[in-house]
Order: sequence, then C-alpha cells, then structure tokens
Amino acid sequence: MHLGTKARKNVSLAATYIILAAVMVIIIYPLLWTIGASFNPGNSLISTSIIPSNPTLDHYKELFAGKESLQYGQWYLNSLKISVFTMIGSVISVSFTAYAFSRFKFRGRKNGLTLFLLLQMIPQFSALVALFVLAQMLGLMNNHWLLILLYIGGQIPMNTYLMKGYMDSIPMDLDESAKIDGASNTRIFWQIIMPLSRPMLAVVAMNGFTGPLGDFVLSSTILRTPESYTLPIGLYNLVNDVMGASYTTFAAGAILISIPIGVTFLMLQKQFVNGLTAGGTKG
Amino acid sequence: MLFRKEINEKWVNAMQHRKIATLLSIIPGLGQFYNKQFIKGMIYFVLTLSFFVAFSDLLDIGLWGLFTLGTEVPRDNSIFLLAEGIIAVIVTFFGLAIYYMNFRDAYKNGKLRDENKPLSSLKEQYHNLISQGYPYLISGPSLFILIFAVIFPILFSFALAFTNYDLYHSPPAKLVDWVGFDTFKNIFTVDIWRSTFFDVLGWTVVWTLIASTLQVSIGIFLAVLVNQKDLRFKKLIRTVLILPWAVPGFVTILIFAGLFNDTFGAINNEILAMFGISPIPWMTDATWSRVALLLIQGWLGFPYIFIVTTGVLQSIPSDLYEAAIIDGASAFKKFRHITLPLILVAMAPIIITQYTFNFNNFNIIYLFNDGGPAVPGTTAGGTDILVSWIYKLTMQSSQYSLAAALTILLSIFVISIALWQFRRTNSFKEE
Repeated sequence: MHLGTKARKNVSLAATYIILAAVMVIIIYPLLWTIGASFNPGNSLISTSIIPSNPTLDHYKELFAGKESLQYGQWYLNSLKISVFTMIGSVISVSFTAYAFSRFKFRGRKNGLTLFLLLQMIPQFSALVALFVLAQMLGLMNNHWLLILLYIGGQIPMNTYLMKGYMDSIPMDLDESAKIDGASNTRIFWQIIMPLSRPMLAVVAMNGFTGPLGDFVLSSTILRTPESYTLPIGLYNLVNDVMGASYTTFAAGAILISIPIGVTFLMLQKQFVNGLTAGGTKG
Repeated sequence: MLFRKEINEKWVNAMQHRKIATLLSIIPGLGQFYNKQFIKGMIYFVLTLSFFVAFSDLLDIGLWGLFTLGTEVPRDNSIFLLAEGIIAVIVTFFGLAIYYMNFRDAYKNGKLRDENKPLSSLKEQYHNLISQGYPYLISGPSLFILIFAVIFPILFSFALAFTNYDLYHSPPAKLVDWVGFDTFKNIFTVDIWRSTFFDVLGWTVVWTLIASTLQVSIGIFLAVLVNQKDLRFKKLIRTVLILPWAVPGFVTILIFAGLFNDTFGAINNEILAMFGISPIPWMTDATWSRVALLLIQGWLGFPYIFIVTTGVLQSIPSDLYEAAIIDGASAFKKFRHITLPLILVAMAPIIITQYTFNFNNFNIIYLFNDGGPAVPGTTAGGTDILVSWIYKLTMQSSQYSLAAALTILLSIFVISIALWQFRRTNSFKEE
C-alpha cells in the first residue's frame, strides 16, 4: 500500500514535468523564433530559422540608420517619455483621488464611485472621433502631452477603484491617532497612507507604464508624423508596410523593447503580485 | 422699540427667513447678504458675474450650435459646433451646481436664523470650507482630467449617434443634422446592417466567453500544478511561465501574426510540416483565424491568472488539506472541494475583469489580421468583434454616426452585464 502511493505519486509527478515542459516549449518557442529572425539575413521569413546559418546584425543597424520612415531611436524615446509621464501622472492623481474616496465623507462621493465604475467599462477609444476633433480644435495633433493627458484620464477610473479598495483595508485607527497628534490630512496621506499602499502603488505604476505601450488606437489617431510615432505604431507599420514589410527588422526592434521591459517585470513581479492578490481578495 | 420687534417677529412668522433668503438667492449672493454673511455673499456674486463674463460667448455659440449644428456652409463647421456645444453643456452643469449650492446655503442659514441658532462666524466658515473642501481639492485635478479626456469624448460620441455624420454629410463641405433615433432604427431594420450587427455581436460574445474561460482555466491549472510540494525548479518554472506577461502584448501579437502567416509562417512551414499536416489557412479562413486568436489569447492571458492564483494558493492554510488527507480524499477531490472554491471566491473580481477585458480586446483582433478575413458585402471582417468593427467604421469607412450608435449599444450591453455581476458578487457593496 505504502509503495503503491509512492509509485502513483512518482507517476503523477512525472506527468507534471512532462506537461510543464511542453508548456514551457510553447512559451519559449515564439520568443526564440523572434530572436532567431532578428539575426537572419533578408527581409522575409521564408528562409528564417531559429539558429541562422549566417547570422547578421544588419537589422539592428538598420533600426538606427536614420531612415525617414524608420526612426526607431526616436520612437523608443517617445514611448519611454509617454509611458513615464503617464505613470507619474496616474500614480499622483489616482492616489489623491482614492484617498479622498477612501477616507472622507463628502457630497457626491457615492455618485462619483458609480461614475468611475461605469466609465471603466466604456472603452475610451470608442470616442475616437471626439478625441480627433479635440486634438484638431486645440491645434494639438501630433502632441505627446495631449496623448499623455488622455492616457492619464483613461487610467483614473479603474485604478482609483483598485487603490480605494486597498486603502480601505488600512485601519482607520492609524489616521485617527495621527489626527489626535495634530497631523494634517495631507501629512497623514504622505506619511501613513502612501507608505502602506506601496504594493498597490506598484500595480498602478505598472498599469500606467504599460498602458501606453499597449495602446495602438489613441496614439495612431493623434500621432500622424513618423517622428512623433510611438513604438506600437512604428513597429506595426513596419510589419504592414505594403512597399517593404520587414519582419526581420521588426523582430530586431521587438527584441530591443521586450528585453528591458521583460527584465523589469520579472524583477518587480513580487511587488505586483502582492498588490494584485490583496486587491483581488479584498475586491 | 419693543413694538417694532413684535411686528418684525410677526412678519418673520408669516414669511420665514429661510424662504426669504432662498427667494433672494435667485440673484446669487443676495440671500447671503440677507443673512448678513456679506463676504460669502460677495463671493457668490462675484463668482456668478465672472462665470457669465468668462463663458457667455461659449454658452451663446455653444448652445446655439448644439441645437442647430450650424446653418451656413462654409461658415459653420457642424462638428466643431457640436464639440463646443457639449463643452457648453458641461460648463452649464457646473454653473448650475454652484447656483444650487447658493440656494442651499441661503436656505440653511435662513433656517438657522428661524430656529434662533447662531450662524457660523467668518472664522468657522473658513474652517468648514477647508475641511469640507479638502476631498474636492485633492480629487479636483483628477476630475478635470477625467472630464477632458473621458467624459467629454464619450458624451460627444454619444451625441454623434443621433446625427447623420458620415462620409456624405461631413464638414467643412456639408452640414450635419440631428436625425434622432434613425441610425438605431437602421441597425435593426436595414438587412445588411442587422445581419452584420448580430454576426459581430455573436462572435464577440463567443470570443469573450471562450477566450476568457480558456485563459483562466489554463492559469489556474498550471498554478495548481506548479504548486505541488514535491516539484523542483519551481522558481525557474514560474519565471518561464510568466514570460508572456512580461513581454509587451503588441509585440507578441505581431510576432504571432508572423508565425501564423499562411505562406511563410513557421507554424505551417515547420511545426505542422514536421507532423506531416498540410498547411492551414490561418489568415484567410474565418474559422481558422478564430481558432488561432483563441490560442494566442490563451497564451497571452494565462500568466496573469497564474500569478494571482499562485499568490492565493500560498495563502491557503495547510491544515485544510491535512483533514482531507485523513479522510482519504484523492488529489482531484482535494482540488475540486477545497482549492477550486477558495480560488474562485478570492479571485472573482479579477476573473470578471478578464471577461470585460476580452470583450473590448481590440489589439489582438486588429493586430493579428486586421479583423479579417474580409467578408464580401459587409464592413466587418470574419473575426471582428464590436470594438474593432467600430474602429473600422470610424477610420476606414467614415460611418461616424453608425459607429457612435454601436458604441452606445455596446456600452449598454457591457454595463448591464457588469452591474448585474457586481451586484451578484457583492463587491459593489459600500463599506
């Protein structure tokens, strides 16, 4: 009997390893394939193999060759700038708003929360025409700051909800005893609430940073000149260019953006997980 | 002297302070003056005056434009007029809110006087303003951004649904007109629109259900698998499994678009060829496109669930399982009766957001093969979901009012389902 359980356990463990190995292959294959493609000579993928027979750095060089339609360095900087400022802006506005909703009773509070809940369900880009008209009326076509403002606005409803939920779980006693000691609201916010909300701040910051990187629609509506492009538009055009689609150059560009982001993610994942599970379990 | 006071009181009884103060507040500030709160009165008065000085042009043109949408080409651009009109409505809303506050304040203080209670002094008023105004002060900037970046655009596009704005009625050459519910009526009565709408809606629902359920199940399954006590290399396995989450989504979707390519993609040329299967038309056959999209979304979406589930699993106390082991429960039974219910309860909100996310998951549909393959005779491709169809109607065929009407229908659909869900899971509860 004892041996039987042990044998069964070994079998199921072996099955687990096999399944996980298969899953890992499925995950890694497309990524390796992209790395391989980026070192393959030529533009098409027909002759591409994961381990190129005659590897070349041409595609990486081409990215920075300064072609009019391929300003990879510029796109990279644009994306970085937009992501960083969206992140900063959303963290600041979301934490202040969540603090107000979590700690104060004021007129319009309940309506405000319901409004946030509704707004996060209507996709912002379904209002494309409006944003296009807005940009034209304000004379801000191709303007990154307008885009940043739009992204921050899009981040506010959902993230405020997450953040408020997290702040609600911080005991009120902490605020109250600080208040007795004469601390102002703003001081309580900076010295008690913010430090304790760190896991959720990490989540909000991550959403703010990755949001613009995942957006294709708003940016392509407002940014129309190649030098103002962000990476998503630039790389999409590279693949879908009728004249000279180049998957291999795209692969090189994709790797240069994926590696830094992927590494940051893996390093910070513990923070995100804490915030996400706390937010998830508390709702 | 005594006599005068008596009269005064009688008069007050007939026409209480609160009524007089409220009535006088028709001109903002006057009610406060009557309550002898001169500074507050001045503030209301000046606020109102500056409101009209600052916004009278906008309100005038905006509201006129909103009603007529312009009367003369090329002087009037209907779309710009509509935008100004909506801004005017938002400004009016805030004006009315201040006006209402003015009434309320006059009434409240008048009532205090009726009850012979002392009114708050200037200093107290200042303190009240600071403490009650604090939440407004710190959430004000966010509200402003929200109005500018989200609420205005949504109102604008909702308004478009009731106009005839399309390629043939498009400024600056033509004017746009209000047409009421015509566009909505057309969606349900014009044959080609109705069939396209229901086709797209059907696939959107199927896509949402299958894709989300798939990614959630894979995520939970793998998390439970990796969480086994005797498994080694846990750290390495977990790191590999969350890679799809760490790489930016648009990059992976474009990579998959290349991998699945009918003619040069590695899936047809290498993997399927290796097993001797003939190439599959991933991009040109709607059904195969859908299969490919579901597989890709499973790949992209499971790591997030995997990570969160892992967190939840590690917080389940082990004595729950010990009791089950004593009872001789099998591994499957333990999973079915202990692990799964705990995971589902803890993760309900996150799982629901997976469904709303996929319902609006534009990127994967559009970046993979542009919602294709094209279906003859319609504006929607074989894999278009509502949002990507709306995008195409706007950007490619300039059917703005149709796109706007669909946006409204989509919003109603999502919001009603989500509200129903939130009520059910009770996470909408306040406090």
